[in-house]
Amino acid sequence: MGRKLSFTIFALVLVASFILSSGQAMASEEKKPEQFVGLLAYRTGPFAAGGSGLTSGKEDFMALINMRGGINGKIMYKWEECETAYNAARGVECYNRFKNKMFKVHPESTGITYALIPKATKDKIVVISSGYGRADASDGRVFPWVFTIPTNYWSQNTAKIKWIAMQEGWDGKDMSTIGKYLKGLKIANLHIDVPYGQETKPILDAMAKKFGFKVRHFPVPWPGIDQKAQWMDIVRRFKADWVINRNWGVSCTVPLKEAARLKFPSNRILGVWWCGAEEDVLPAGPAAKGYYSTNFHGVGRDFPIIKEVVDKVYGAMKGNISFTRVGSVYYNRGFVAAIVDHEAILTAHKKFGVKVLTGEEFRWGMEHLNITKERIKEIGAEGLMQPLKTSCADHEGGGMVFFQQWDGKKWVSTGDVITPMRKFVRGMIEKSAAKYAKEKGITPRTCK
Amino acid sequence: MAFFFEVLITGLMVGIMYSLIALGFALIFKASDVFNMAQGAMSLFAGLALVGFLHQYMHLPLWLALLCTVGVMTIWAYVIVFVVLKPLVNRPPLMLFMATFGVMYLMEGIGQSIYGTQAKGLNIGIPDNSFEVAGIFMSSFDLFFAGVAAVLVAGLIWFFQKTRNGRALRAVSDDHEAALSVGIPLLKAWYLTWIIAGIVATVAGVAWGTRLGVQFSLSYIAFKALPVLIIGGLDSIPGANRPLFQALRSVRKRDS
Amino acid sequence: MFYRECGNFKDNYASDMAIFPIPLDRWGFIVMLFMAFVIVPLFASEYLITNIIIPFYCFALSAFGLNVLAGYAGQISIGHAAFMAVGAYSSFILYGRYGIPLIPSILGAGVITAIVGTFFGLPSLRIKGFYLAIATLASQFIIEWVIVHVQWISGGVFGTIEAPDMYLFKLWAIDTPVKKYYLSLCILVLLMTIGKNLVRGQLGRNWMAIRDVDYAAEIIGVNLYRDKLTAFAVSTFYAGVAGSLITFCYVGSANIEEFNVMTSFALVGMIIIGGLGTVLGSFFGAGFFVILPIAINQSLGAFMDVVPSDILSNIESIIFGGLIVFFLIVEPYGMARLWHTIKDKLRLWPFPY
Repeated sequence: MGRKLSFTIFALVLVASFILSSGQAMASEEKKPEQFVGLLAYRTGPFAAGGSGLTSGKEDFMALINMRGGINGKIMYKWEECETAYNAARGVECYNRFKNKMFKVHPESTGITYALIPKATKDKIVVISSGYGRADASDGRVFPWVFTIPTNYWSQNTAKIKWIAMQEGWDGKDMSTIGKYLKGLKIANLHIDVPYGQETKPILDAMAKKFGFKVRHFPVPWPGIDQKAQWMDIVRRFKADWVINRNWGVSCTVPLKEAARLKFPSNRILGVWWCGAEEDVLPAGPAAKGYYSTNFHGVGRDFPIIKEVVDKVYGAMKGNISFTRVGSVYYNRGFVAAIVDHEAILTAHKKFGVKVLTGEEFRWGMEHLNITKERIKEIGAEGLMQPLKTSCADHEGGGMVFFQQWDGKKWVSTGDVITPMRKFVRGMIEKSAAKYAKEKGITPRTCK
Repeated sequence: MAFFFEVLITGLMVGIMYSLIALGFALIFKASDVFNMAQGAMSLFAGLALVGFLHQYMHLPLWLALLCTVGVMTIWAYVIVFVVLKPLVNRPPLMLFMATFGVMYLMEGIGQSIYGTQAKGLNIGIPDNSFEVAGIFMSSFDLFFAGVAAVLVAGLIWFFQKTRNGRALRAVSDDHEAALSVGIPLLKAWYLTWIIAGIVATVAGVAWGTRLGVQFSLSYIAFKALPVLIIGGLDSIPGANRPLFQALRSVRKRDS
Repeated sequence: MFYRECGNFKDNYASDMAIFPIPLDRWGFIVMLFMAFVIVPLFASEYLITNIIIPFYCFALSAFGLNVLAGYAGQISIGHAAFMAVGAYSSFILYGRYGIPLIPSILGAGVITAIVGTFFGLPSLRIKGFYLAIATLASQFIIEWVIVHVQWISGGVFGTIEAPDMYLFKLWAIDTPVKKYYLSLCILVLLMTIGKNLVRGQLGRNWMAIRDVDYAAEIIGVNLYRDKLTAFAVSTFYAGVAGSLITFCYVGSANIEEFNVMTSFALVGMIIIGGLGTVLGSFFGAGFFVILPIAINQSLGAFMDVVPSDILSNIESIIFGGLIVFFLIVEPYGMARLWHTIKDKLRLWPFPY
């Protein structure tokens, strides 16, 4: 007993010293001032493929800027990771850990975004939810600290409907004739049954009413590893023409296999952008060939800036992810988000001078972004990202949606870059944001 | 009517896939009174190891890769029984349950550190063609694994009813102390059980892994398999294979 | 030598039945309270208070609730996180939508959860052991489904409710971490005092009788059905209050994904690692499951430049899993038992006998 006890006490002391040692930060002796970026990552758990790509993409971009000599040659990026495991409580902990030194946060999860919006608004930290989170946060009057750059789910779904109409023969220009092509179409909305999955139900319903197509929602229980019953319904009873695959993680892969089993053509399935990565389709093997998905940036390594990363960052063995994944969808998504943030920092530097920015200054930069086509060419990201122009009221910026198809080996852009029905979406966003403002007692600020 | 039968058959197939996992649960519960939380993680690890042997690190032929995977699972069985469970003999079942909870974290962590976190495709060469019989779509893949499950269950029933080791295991599961007093080595019996559970987990890992890709979510299937287990009986091996319930469930889902 | 029981004479019933019959314990407890009420808010950083101590208190409360059920009454539940979710959502609805004052809505959330919990405790009248555990697992899934799908509860498409600003008696805004800390601490101390007295009173003895041998308990006159259901009610009351506290004081929004099945398993882990059927164990277990992962994560951060971050995150779960197994092997009856062993040793130390 005595030996066992002393052994246990020894272990306890070890654990305690572990906890104490965690408080110490490592001293750094950089000469240039540092802009601190706290990254909320998830490299474990069911969504590790997404989390690791997104985080490493951002890190690689920042590493590249540091190699070039820093932001405007004067300020270095410094970043730190915190593992959230896609869990809201841990995400909040990570946020609190970084909140005194950071100026922006990418929650990278819808649940964490919801938890952080009120906190970040209080702490004056910019929340950037690129392509996830609340769609109605695009209304900058009600959500001054939240940006859904470059696009949101509602925009995406209107673009999807437009794209579907184009596949049915619509010319893609005249909105007054779109109804003719959509009339009578049956669209199945296969969604994962969590708040994220349910988010697009109202906009699809509203569009169905407006354009005369039929939409039915097929919920998939979390985590969606088994969707046989839903697919029987979709193919056999509903006899859908198109299926919108709105899932996340493993539940993105399952529909492709199920569709193949029921001989539903894979090129009639259109995925959300979180179902459009290599990791989602590779496990499905040949069943995935022909599957379409949306995106909001380009894929591959065929862009000057990514080539530069390959040369400089990976050439110096400073990369943050296994080399094979450079240029994959999630990696590029993180990379593009980092480019946008960097541009906002540059914009803010123009007004406030070259210095370490606070959240407030950075927000000014985000609201006055104007990334033109020429600027994108200058960055070396032509085709990788879309032109963006934000304003005080519009926190979405571009809103353009890219479409891509899986050819069995890699994602190939279909060349369609579709502008969503911005007026329609904007109306719904403003309505929803106004409702939120009323519930929370927020007075929307006025934008000139 | 054809639709009803199609739903029924599809449900049956899904049920069989789940029963592969439930089988592992039942085996271990029967032999060692442990509600094994790590069953899903075992399937995940088996799937990862197989991908490692087959595609990722080595390019072994399938039979050899499967053999190696079973070997890896045997090592795990040894570690679990002799490192984790041995000191916990005669403790309340809740502690053993908790210990497997820790093993689950260990397995997930170690597996993902070695083989990486991204989803990996697993192709073992079983065709996934679908064909139509009387208006009902069937998949050759589902049928194959239904066959595998049937063979597995038949084999296990035979093992438990007819062989010496199987009878020893049954004695252990009835009463640990009585089994010990007639000279059955408890730990060895457990070791054997965990090896068998490891093999079952490998089959489940392969079946689900080819379907979903080998990724973290495989460890969640275990939770989904729990209803199968409860309806079939926690300590019954034929019971674990009662997919009819699953079929009924999907029929009900269709109606709601 | 250092921990003495002798010289402590009980000359009336009250001192015989005190919670801490030994003066040293009493003083230790007062010192702990002093630490919690004065020292911590004065000296701990904001980060420490919001991220470690508040969740620690909330989970300790919830773990104690589960301990009432599993440790005292012997009815295992692995769906306890769902009851926390019920508490979280109902307190938000009571406070945010109906304007009921803060403290009544937190406690009212507990009452609502207790009603729900009693309903889900009904199977315990017929089944026990792991079969009951699975039945409670079903309650986890049912509750999750209902919360996500009933728009009235979850608030529709954006299925998360944000915490409204908190006011005590419509005057004091509870906005700073320290104020939130005091709110959770006061509720914790209040409920723990009630709970400790509950488990050492008649009801607690009934529960323990049921846990040990249920039919024997029935023979000596314990009303099995009533007491099993009260165990469920009390236990889920604590879970509900804990759930509402954790959302009010820590996360700031009610999100169903946070109370998933893994949280339920973690709660079971807390009471087992901490010690079944002890109040102290609930605290130890909550510390193990709340503080340890953060500590591991932070200390591993130091190795970020050396080890690839992919592997680093996985090492975290390896260490955590390893520690669970380690503690079970070293002390299967939990850290509370370890504490007792240390006390036993201290009684004689430094003398061998």
